[in-house]
Amino acid sequence: MLKMTNIHKTFNAGTVNEKKALNGLDLTLEKGDFVAIIGGNGAGKSTMLNALSGVWPVDSGKIVIDGVDVTAKSEHRRAPYLGRVFQDPMMGTAANMEIQENLALAMRRGQRRTLRWGISEKERAQYKELLATLDLGLENRMTSKVGLLSGGQRQALTLLMATLKQPKILLLDEHTAALDPKTAAKVLELSDKIISDNGLTALMVTHNMKDAIKHGNRLIMMNNGHIIFDVKGEEKKNLTVDLLLRKFSELSGGELVNDRMLLSK
Amino acid sequence: MVNIIIGAIALGLLWGIMTLGVHLSYRILDVADLSVEGTITTGGATAAVLISNGVNAWLACLVALVAGLIGGLVTAILHTKLKIPALLAGILTMTACYSINLRIMGKANIPLPTTGSNKVETVFTPVHDLMKSLVGEYDENSSMAWLLDILVSKNFSAMLVGIVVVIVLSVIMYWFFGTELGCAIRATGNNQQMVRAQGISTTLMIIICLMLSNGLVAFSGALIAQYQAYADIQMGIGSIVIGLASLIIGEVLIGTKTFKRNLVALAVGAVVYRIIIALVMAAGMAANDLKLFTAITVTFCLSLPLIKNGINKLISKRNGEAAANIGEEE
Repeated sequence: MLKMTNIHKTFNAGTVNEKKALNGLDLTLEKGDFVAIIGGNGAGKSTMLNALSGVWPVDSGKIVIDGVDVTAKSEHRRAPYLGRVFQDPMMGTAANMEIQENLALAMRRGQRRTLRWGISEKERAQYKELLATLDLGLENRMTSKVGLLSGGQRQALTLLMATLKQPKILLLDEHTAALDPKTAAKVLELSDKIISDNGLTALMVTHNMKDAIKHGNRLIMMNNGHIIFDVKGEEKKNLTVDLLLRKFSELSGGELVNDRMLLSK
Repeated sequence: MVNIIIGAIALGLLWGIMTLGVHLSYRILDVADLSVEGTITTGGATAAVLISNGVNAWLACLVALVAGLIGGLVTAILHTKLKIPALLAGILTMTACYSINLRIMGKANIPLPTTGSNKVETVFTPVHDLMKSLVGEYDENSSMAWLLDILVSKNFSAMLVGIVVVIVLSVIMYWFFGTELGCAIRATGNNQQMVRAQGISTTLMIIICLMLSNGLVAFSGALIAQYQAYADIQMGIGSIVIGLASLIIGEVLIGTKTFKRNLVALAVGAVVYRIIIALVMAAGMAANDLKLFTAITVTFCLSLPLIKNGINKLISKRNGEAAANIGEEE
């Protein structure tokens, strides 16, 4: 489904702020893989998702999604393959537009925008049904501006939008980090449900090791811009937080110094 | 006096088309596009040259609109492809337009007289003629003469044309921003990251929106030139401020709750602005002070939310103090 080969990316090359964000990254995903990604601050987790989405071009390496080489494609040309949910709940939706208009925009992901009416009656009924499954009461607020929703509601809506038109890969970039614990748990549960219901291939960056262990069939740990640990199946199921921490210091030669990760133990 | 008000309404409606254009950039795209100062004159200049050479007036307006589209394209390319900040890109186009407008006209102004030996046919002429033939001959001393005077006045026919054009353009705008393309443009003004994630080129959306905006502005310039009976190289100076003043007055008076309402607000705002100007002029303000007056009006309107907030705070503080006093007394 996805093959990223020897990806390199350096920010601010040649300046004092030079940062090697991705350093020979290799990643292969099978169809249906649900991968949790963990690592310290600056390990390259979000950078990897951005490289995949084409936010900027990579310095070297090759990205192939479902047999199509997208390395040279710009961000909006890769959109047909990818559903994305961002860390910031504000990022995934257009605040001044109605809930149903946002959904209609997402329904047409990767399609040419024509002069046909932006949303059809048939779609409206479908959106109402789908919104009802979120169990947030949004199905009765279809014409409300998205800016009026809470962070959790916006994130749930973004999740629905990202999967409305089935993507080849769903990218979740710390999508629960900005939410309160209760809402975060709910959005995570919803993510799980949508991914398993649709048999999606997904990458989920998280700083919460418990979540990383609990969700998905595979777990990868990143450090210094590449993958240092990759487990799946039974082996992943038997992981514990302590085991992960030990694994990290053993593989990276340092402590997993990240307050946020320790706090969320 | 009635004639002055009708004239103000007519001029307001013609400028209202410009306000529609400013709304596209300033509100929908969230970009302050100053190139309209140049493209409004480009529209007037293009139409004036064509009309004085005997071209049909509506066709001339259409060519003016195309000239505006090109002006918008230049700004959009400077901004999106050459990564020049939008404000500066607009200033560059505006400055370049000054020379181009002089080239188009060949001189600093072109008269479009509707009477005399060099008279030309403008978009208002057929309507004016129609009104005259409808009203027919009448006794200047009759009690209804004042009304008939108005009906056959140039201002009245200009107002009729203005009403029709503004309604037609508003309906087209309403339709366009309900389409898939229009929705994509609106979203671009909201959240570019999200728009790219939906597979839409934000560059293309910005280009289309700035083109349409400047096209409308040039179209408005073409009609204004015909109404005031000349095109002048200076006619665009301060136009962005007039556009913003109209836009904000409309938003304050009518509101922006729905897009329909917002479109009505733009036309009403432009008309109200012109009536205010007509009234202060009638009250004796010098024409030279007009731009200062407009700038102050816009400053006031733009700071309205802040002022409102301050007043609310003051009120709640006073209420709070009152409540505290009651508490102490108890």
